[in-house]
Amino acid sequence: MGVSNTNSDKTQEEEQQDLPKVVLLRPPPAFSLIGEESFASNKFQFLKTYDSQLPLDQFLSTHSHSIKAILSSAGAPVNADILQLLPEVGLVVTTSAGLNHVDIPECRRRGIKIANAGHVYSDDVADLAVGLLIDVLRKVSASDRYVRQGLWADKGNYLHGSKLGGKRTGIVGLGNIGYEVAKRLEAFGCVVSYNSRKKKPYVSYPFYHNVCELAANCDALIICCGLSDETRHMINKPVLSALGKEGFIVNIGRGDIIDEKEMVSCLMRGEIAGAGLDVFENEPNVRKEFFAMDNVVLSPHRAVFTPESLKDLSQLVVGNLEAFLTNEPLLSEYVDNE
Amino acid sequence: MESIGVLMTCPPPDAYLVEQLEKRFTLYKFHSIPDKAHFLNSNKASIRAVVGSASAGADAQLIHQLPNLEIVSSFSVGLDKIDLAKCKERGIRVTYTPDVLTDDVADLAIGLMLAVLRRLCQSDRYVRSGQWKKGDFKLTTKFTGKSVGIIGLGRIGLAIAKRAEAFRCPISYYTRTEKSDGVLINIGRGPHVDEPELVSALVEGRLGGAGLDVFQDEPIVPEELFGLENVVLLPHVGSGTMETRKEMADLVIGNLEAHFLNRPLLTPVL
Repeated sequence: MGVSNTNSDKTQEEEQQDLPKVVLLRPPPAFSLIGEESFASNKFQFLKTYDSQLPLDQFLSTHSHSIKAILSSAGAPVNADILQLLPEVGLVVTTSAGLNHVDIPECRRRGIKIANAGHVYSDDVADLAVGLLIDVLRKVSASDRYVRQGLWADKGNYLHGSKLGGKRTGIVGLGNIGYEVAKRLEAFGCVVSYNSRKKKPYVSYPFYHNVCELAANCDALIICCGLSDETRHMINKPVLSALGKEGFIVNIGRGDIIDEKEMVSCLMRGEIAGAGLDVFENEPNVRKEFFAMDNVVLSPHRAVFTPESLKDLSQLVVGNLEAFLTNEPLLSEYVDNE
Repeated sequence: MESIGVLMTCPPPDAYLVEQLEKRFTLYKFHSIPDKAHFLNSNKASIRAVVGSASAGADAQLIHQLPNLEIVSSFSVGLDKIDLAKCKERGIRVTYTPDVLTDDVADLAIGLMLAVLRRLCQSDRYVRSGQWKKGDFKLTTKFTGKSVGIIGLGRIGLAIAKRAEAFRCPISYYTRTEKSDGVLINIGRGPHVDEPELVSALVEGRLGGAGLDVFQDEPIVPEELFGLENVVLLPHVGSGTMETRKEMADLVIGNLEAHFLNRPLLTPVL
């Protein structure tokens, strides 16, 4: 500690109290997964509404003068009601890439900046998409079950799988994640094409204007887009029919992008060949019909949950908050119309 | 060619292969013959070809018992079940199925790496058993950027390297050091690895995980592995796709036909 400073006799604790506050409405999953210490900084202090007995609006009003930023995660919406109670807030940082839970127009109206998880998760999500595709095509999980049940010795060889090389793979949503998936699939000899909101000028993969046409020309669809009003139930009966009996679908976006009830019917009737799913319409209550299917691979929405990515996330979150508080450019500012 | 006797020494690996062989030759399925010695005594003169696979081929003893054997056509790229020295000595031709299965085996190697590191099979079980309703699955290990060591940089090894590079994995040769977080993938042959040692390393946590498509004594898989969550076990399906098995079968048939029609072999070893 050293020599007492005549300018300030504050204790360390008091200095902490003076720091700008970052409010949290719920604990982000990452706090428990890799520890809150990873998000610590000497430039701000967290204020947790969930640790207080006070009703939310009262808590926020009490502290509104010192709350400069919000750290949000899915499940705790950042809406007009919240923002109205926090006039000093200039930044919303999310731990997710998706921003469904943030009222973006309201933030814009108030001049509030938004920073999301940027690309920290892209590798892991892309890896999982490829893993699920190989798994469903080559029946990896189904074969592993077969061996573990002792059936290889008893019954002989399991079913043949389907070759990945040469398959026409359609990426639905060629954002950062979709692009990472495409690059990996090319190394396996897949033929990549895509559908996206807009054609990407610097990409040589064939572009299809609508997802139905993409499905008709592919052996496998990989859903990599975000959930919006336009993409809700975008993968519907016509798309699944176009994909066809030998077609596969992998979803690492959001469950609601697919008409799940219709997909289950198609799978049960053999109208598509199989699916690899990390997301579902009603997590974690997965439809029971899936459990009886050997041509489906089920993953409990954990495409981003590796310690490596979460560590990268923590550095990004802290970096964004510190940059904002020191008037530096944000590291992963969200800009509309990506 | 119907009078030519072909002895399939392995358990029939593929229905299409058997069908095509039966159309052209007199096919004997050795695996299901109860009294093999008696059978050989009665039929050895008519057997001019052997079809083998990764499970069984032609060892010195069998070759010795087949005086009219001219060609061994293997439904595999691995040649460990064929006594090549004996074949060379006797002037017996040997063919195999290179290249057509390279992609499938390489794809599966990467698939196994992803399945082990990201616990795909285990998390699939987690969902199916209803455990997800009780809580989230745990963290798993990122694959992109991990260093990959390849034993055997042949066609298959190179194809694996090419795929791993797309995940930004630095590639190197495998070094024989014990790494508690290391993962072993075996898509080659069971005997490459000291299986009892591998099992104890996994059970004792001295090795981080394993993805195994091949075993010392297939289809027997050490049961100690069944309870391990960091292990993926596959029933030798490296080349097991409809597309590739057909291409392999066509090569086996093509080689036999070429031989008996006095044409150059398609994919000879000897």
